[in-house]
Amino acid sequence: MTVLIVLLAALAALAIGLAAGRWWAPRHRQVRAARPDAVRRILLPLTGASISRRAFDAAVRLAGVEHATLMPCYLATVPLYLPLEASLPVQCLRAMPLLETIEQRASAQGVAVDARVVRGRTYRDALRRMLDDEHFDRVIVSATNHPDMGFRGDDLVWLLRRADAEVLILRPAPEDHREVVATVAGHF
Amino acid sequence: MAAGVGKTVRMLDEARVELEAGRDVVIGLLETHGREETARRAEGLEQLPRRRLTYRGTTFEDLDVPAVLVRAPELCLIDELAHTNAPGLERAKRYEDIEVIRDAGIDVLSTMNVQHLESLNDTIAELSGVRVRETVPDSVLQRADEIVLVDVTPEALLDRLRAGKVYPLERIDTALNNFFRVENLSALRETALRQVAEDVEERRFTVDEPLGTREERVAAGAPQAVGERLLALVEPYPGAQRLVRRAWRSSQRLSAPLDLLWVAPPGGPADEEQERALHALRQLGSVLGSALLVEEGEDVAQTVARVAEERGITYVLMGASRPARGLARLREPLPQRIVRLAPGVDVRIVADRARLRANREIRT
Repeated sequence: MTVLIVLLAALAALAIGLAAGRWWAPRHRQVRAARPDAVRRILLPLTGASISRRAFDAAVRLAGVEHATLMPCYLATVPLYLPLEASLPVQCLRAMPLLETIEQRASAQGVAVDARVVRGRTYRDALRRMLDDEHFDRVIVSATNHPDMGFRGDDLVWLLRRADAEVLILRPAPEDHREVVATVAGHF
Repeated sequence: MAAGVGKTVRMLDEARVELEAGRDVVIGLLETHGREETARRAEGLEQLPRRRLTYRGTTFEDLDVPAVLVRAPELCLIDELAHTNAPGLERAKRYEDIEVIRDAGIDVLSTMNVQHLESLNDTIAELSGVRVRETVPDSVLQRADEIVLVDVTPEALLDRLRAGKVYPLERIDTALNNFFRVENLSALRETALRQVAEDVEERRFTVDEPLGTREERVAAGAPQAVGERLLALVEPYPGAQRLVRRAWRSSQRLSAPLDLLWVAPPGGPADEEQERALHALRQLGSVLGSALLVEEGEDVAQTVARVAEERGITYVLMGASRPARGLARLREPLPQRIVRLAPGVDVRIVADRARLRANREIRT
């Protein structure tokens, strides 16, 4: 009889524990979204006022599955006539709304975001500085058919050699005209 | 503001008023750049000859500081404050010559374009794409008793340029295609207006000082700053980047400078993660043109109030605090404490829209 009572008590405790776990789980996920543990870090370099929708979707999907922190990084280029530490108000007008948009969209899908802005003489130089400064597990870039936009072929070859991380290069596709542009929800 | 707006003409007009008021006025150095109108305005004013100097076979002409000191007028006009002196002279820069003349008790009227001011040089170079090599330290301008802005609309300046009143005919096309574009001139004009407004504001604060602390001035109804200055309260964790972006956007709308402040617990960053987040915040602040201040302190509200007073802050922006637990619920919330300790400073709590959206999704 005693054994039966103990068994029933254990089962009841287990049921309560499972119910509590289910009740707490969404809040736990929310806290993780707001304060990432940085277990895995996915770098998403940005070079203009928008990014390819495919690259963004891929980055968010992977970050969500792997519980990784998405790190959108705006690569600001500093002309040679300015010191590298110069403030860049004009580029900030493009970068800030874009980073805000990415953060809002990614956070809405439960993905933790930790944005960066880094300066360099060229996109490649800025990316090199970012890779020197911080560790990433994966880098996601989108190849482009536009010669004046984003990363050129030789930049990507350089990135494959240089990055101490998995590099995911999305090949150009017809749907690349679909972009994530700075359309911020709320009064940013 | 820029070449051709009429700085030298304005300086000469001011000098004439002083002369007519009975002061002893002398032109130490005048750069007419071949403009007849400017030369005409100088007629009737005593002008000292330039100092001639031969250096490695080349003869230069420049301001004759010894002659100015010997003549010892009450007021001396010296054009082009940012000018770099000819090689072989005692000092490298004209503003250094002017310091010597002022030290001798002679008042000086001088001219400069806003892009020559050291602290604005980078910003203007980025806006206009043209880098000015000759700069004047901000401290030189701060020591001036008065700053007068010579303002003209970009369109009027371009009309003057096209009419050949700024440069000789052969240089007009080059100027129009390079520096003299409406967007460049508008940016310069805005920068110059803001700079002078800040200077005026600074002087107002200086005048207010005898009234005592900021709290006493508020209580006395003393005039406050016309311009806003924002302070974003940050912590080194990823969410702070968002707060900084929002604060920067607000500062853009208000055309106000933005400072970032982290009130660090004694000992600084706790771990590598915080160190990295702090580095990222510093980078972001630097790109935005904002200073990240790190102040150690146990009491966040008191530290914020002190920094706000020191820097003339009018707005404090902060993120929503995490819900208090246990005995902490009995304490006065941070925003209320800041409002109490820094009277006259508005406090704005920035909403976390991402968290709001996540909450909605969890509920549905």
